[in-house]
Amino acid sequence: MTVARFWRETPRRYNLGGNRCSACTTVYFPPRAVCPTCQKHRQSLGKMEPFTLSGDGEVFSFTLVHEAAEGFEMQVPYVLALIKTPEGPLLTGQIVDISLEEVHIGMRVRAAFRKLREDGRAGVIHYGYKFSPARENGGREAVASPVSQEALARAAARAQGTART
Amino acid sequence: MREVAILGIGQTKFGELWDRSFREIGIEAGFAALQEAKLSSQDIGALYLGNMASGSFIEQEHIAPLILDYAGLAGHHLPAIRVEAGGASGAVALHQAYLAVASGAHDFVVVGGAEKMTDVPEDVQTDIANASADQEWETVFGATLPSLWALVARRHMHDHGTRREDFARIPVMAHEMGSKNPLAHFRNKITLDQVLEGSPVADPLGVMDCAPASDGAAAVVLGPLEVARKYTDTPVRIAASQVACDTLALQHRKDVTTVEATVVAAKAAFQRAKKSPKDVQVAEIHDAYSISALMALEDLGFYAKGAAAKGLSDGEVAFGGKLSINTSGGLKAQGQPFGAVGVAQVAEIVRQLRGDAKDRQVSGAKLGLTHNLGGTGATSVVHLLERAN
Repeated sequence: MTVARFWRETPRRYNLGGNRCSACTTVYFPPRAVCPTCQKHRQSLGKMEPFTLSGDGEVFSFTLVHEAAEGFEMQVPYVLALIKTPEGPLLTGQIVDISLEEVHIGMRVRAAFRKLREDGRAGVIHYGYKFSPARENGGREAVASPVSQEALARAAARAQGTART
Repeated sequence: MREVAILGIGQTKFGELWDRSFREIGIEAGFAALQEAKLSSQDIGALYLGNMASGSFIEQEHIAPLILDYAGLAGHHLPAIRVEAGGASGAVALHQAYLAVASGAHDFVVVGGAEKMTDVPEDVQTDIANASADQEWETVFGATLPSLWALVARRHMHDHGTRREDFARIPVMAHEMGSKNPLAHFRNKITLDQVLEGSPVADPLGVMDCAPASDGAAAVVLGPLEVARKYTDTPVRIAASQVACDTLALQHRKDVTTVEATVVAAKAAFQRAKKSPKDVQVAEIHDAYSISALMALEDLGFYAKGAAAKGLSDGEVAFGGKLSINTSGGLKAQGQPFGAVGVAQVAEIVRQLRGDAKDRQVSGAKLGLTHNLGGTGATSVVHLLERAN
């Protein structure tokens, strides 16, 4: 995957930036140009508003992957899951920081900012969301991202600036 | 729309055909089908070719004119059109050809399906296959096609009480039939324990739940039903040809335990043919993964959601049972050359309806069904085929 192809999706993959239909309030992740839920969905064109997911979720389904996707060979076996977010969308992602026997449908998780894979030895490193168990008493897994919200906002602003120039 | 018949079929052996090139297998299947139909090359109006990923597998695009050329037909300057729909490429190519004949645009059309997968190593085959899932929102996070189907399987077990051994029966049946098919990639029989104890791919799915990567090609010749008897003694009528699509990514489906595209395509097909699932004696069902076939039995209307497991364990779905499935060996045993699958399924049903299936013959087969999926079910194609009497 080229640098640009991954980089252009970073606002979504780093910050869970989706969008919402201003007419029917359905939330989408990744963001969509038109709302498939609205009857006259063309009318939603240009009226979708940005909406960031909270990072909360629960396990909807999961599997232990032994034969890896490209770039994930060093991580096997890893847990891949469908995560149901309270905002509505289902997300596909790994579950980390957990022993394999603990994973179950309905388990509460939080999005975590992690390294996904490396693009070969000399390529860029891809970052994005994975999920870790939501701990009640504020363990490090309870934090959505090791990067502060302010830092993420600055990075997003920089990315926007770069895109314009 | 006029009625359309299948006048001839052709198919290569499926498997690791290291000594044979893409163009060789493509024309072998096509010529065999033309020969059966007793058609000469001047009669053909168009060629449709189902293929998923020749650019990735053999670094060759623009393959429809390539096959046309090596079939000796370039001089006729026919339209040769490639169709891509992931694992459903073959069936969608057939659908396009069906529309071309039904509409009167062409009289006789050749439909080919071909894939040459073993010119690249296994890990590359897997990565290419994964490209029929969503590369931006699924595979980039570590998903593979088998792992997505494993997510489906786990949720199906959770919601509908399906047990691991229920879908493990499907590859056992597939290999039983593959052992009787000389064109099949795998001709060995396997046991339920071998499926359950197969090396894990993405749990609950093991290696025996997953169809292989194969080389192979299949072809059929279509023509108007009203003149079919001039070309063959055993025309088979296409009673319905339906394609339906859904979201590319599994995560965007309303219910991951239902392939809604299959539900829609099957309903439309049965309605058009004025038939119901109980009229079907023999079906080729997309068993790229054991769970995909179990779910198809429900989504096609043979069983209510959650009830296919019982149909399988009671022996209703079995060779010679109420419904015989995958008499060819299915994708699991006959093999899975992506673009060829949908066409090969139809070729097997034609053999069944003609009474030509030898020791795989389902007695009294009058109405057959084929079901071909792309990815995790973003494309689903259902054909109903009937003996034309």
